[in-house]
Amino acid sequence: MSLVLHQLRYDQKVFWRNPAAVFFTVLFPVVLLLIFATVFGGQTIDVAGGIETTTYYVPAIITLAVISATMQTLAMSLVIARENERLKRGRGTPMPPWVFIVGRIGNSIVVAALMLALVAALGRILYGVPIPWERAPELLVVLAVGAASFCCLGIALTAAIPTQDAAAPIVNALLLPLYFLSGVFIPEDELPSGVIEFANHFPIRHFFEAFFDAYVNGAGTALSWSDLAVVAAWGVAGLLLAIRFFRWTPRGG
Amino acid sequence: MADPVISIRGLRKSYGDVEAVSGIELEVHSGEVFAFLGPNGAGKTTTVEILEGYRKRDGGEVAVLGEDPERAGREWRERIGIVLQGGRLEPYLTVAESLALYAGYYRSPRPVEEVIETVGLGGKADARAGKLSGGQQRRLDVGMALIGDPDLLFLDEPTTGFDPEARRQAWDVIGGLRDLGKTVFLTTHYMDEAQRLADRVAIVAGGEVVARGTPDDLGDRSAQPATITYRLADEPVSVETTTPVETLNELTAWAMAEGIELEGLEVTRPSLEDVYLELTRSE
Repeated sequence: MSLVLHQLRYDQKVFWRNPAAVFFTVLFPVVLLLIFATVFGGQTIDVAGGIETTTYYVPAIITLAVISATMQTLAMSLVIARENERLKRGRGTPMPPWVFIVGRIGNSIVVAALMLALVAALGRILYGVPIPWERAPELLVVLAVGAASFCCLGIALTAAIPTQDAAAPIVNALLLPLYFLSGVFIPEDELPSGVIEFANHFPIRHFFEAFFDAYVNGAGTALSWSDLAVVAAWGVAGLLLAIRFFRWTPRGG
Repeated sequence: MADPVISIRGLRKSYGDVEAVSGIELEVHSGEVFAFLGPNGAGKTTTVEILEGYRKRDGGEVAVLGEDPERAGREWRERIGIVLQGGRLEPYLTVAESLALYAGYYRSPRPVEEVIETVGLGGKADARAGKLSGGQQRRLDVGMALIGDPDLLFLDEPTTGFDPEARRQAWDVIGGLRDLGKTVFLTTHYMDEAQRLADRVAIVAGGEVVARGTPDDLGDRSAQPATITYRLADEPVSVETTTPVETLNELTAWAMAEGIELEGLEVTRPSLEDVYLELTRSE
């Protein structure tokens, strides 16, 4: 356990000193929130009986930020560590290999929790979107299930990424379209029903739904077990794929 | 004599139809710097990765620090240090942080400041690894392999691609490891590196050891004929002899008696490079 904390401490240093990681994981969601609120602000969205655009976008951007901190960050950083032989080198030490992975997962969860707090606070301060303190336990459950599942998917995804250069394009090609189709970027009342139906096959839509229900008062039951079950099922599938296909040694070159 | 630190008997490893290692035998003893010298594709990295426990062998016996690397566990890893051939450091950690991170993996690590001095990075403790020169990065790499205070150190082509200055710096550090009493297993395809650093050398080609010995007498270099060359009336003359002292004495006595100048007089033995090229020439 102390070894995990030791590893986590250095993973945190590395994360916050990496300008690309900080920009895409921390600043980018904030910039998106500001853009969406500025462009679409003051309108009403026909969801949950009619809500402000900003009330819609705060949980949407938190959804994106959590996936970015977990799946995206893990997939990219593990591929880079693998291709630069840092995973292999670590295996040459007495450190048990799982410590390295658990440290990275811990790093992602710390960043995801920070992003939840940051975007929620900005939404409250800038746009008056209430923070649902009374549903904090439900929110944390959704965050925990989502973060864990998307971490597993991120680790599994590394198996499909052959080189360091391919990491960003592959991750973005998967995630960006699904953000659009799942109503994260475009409010779902603007999307054709067929699009939502398609997006329902993937975990991003269900994580967004569960998080939205927990965050927005009156949007539905505070804890959407059915959505969480789909997210968790994807997470378990990711875990099994990760156990089977994760590599410690470089694939490229 | 104590048990060898590394002992290899009849080691074999194939990738598909290609036999990368075909029957290597060797022993490395405590406290020596052993160079495993050979051209690219000779089976060096395959062999060292089997010794490090990264690869499984197809046949033969291997003991490293008395254990089979395929089955060795944490205790064994406490006693070895590894510098990989293509490894790159975490660019966002400083020299001291990189060492402290690895120190945390070992039960009784050496002090970080001490290792920084050992690898000649004093004054660079707070520099980020990504900002170091190639030679400095490799020295930090060696430092990270030393931090657990290992008995045995593996260095896989530690200076490949370096400029002469960086190589010299890396050599100084590796040479210093002998003074620490470490056993070093070094792979290289540079003859001068083996000659400069190693107590003993094995030349490997086509997956087999083709010669072994100290750098000076490798391939029976000392027993091979010397060549005496000079110019006589602008014509180059070359004499091969197994008794160079005698031959030279006769030659110079004759030249002095006749009052002749032997221009460009030189006695040469086959260099390690000649031996190496002869032995590793692919058919």
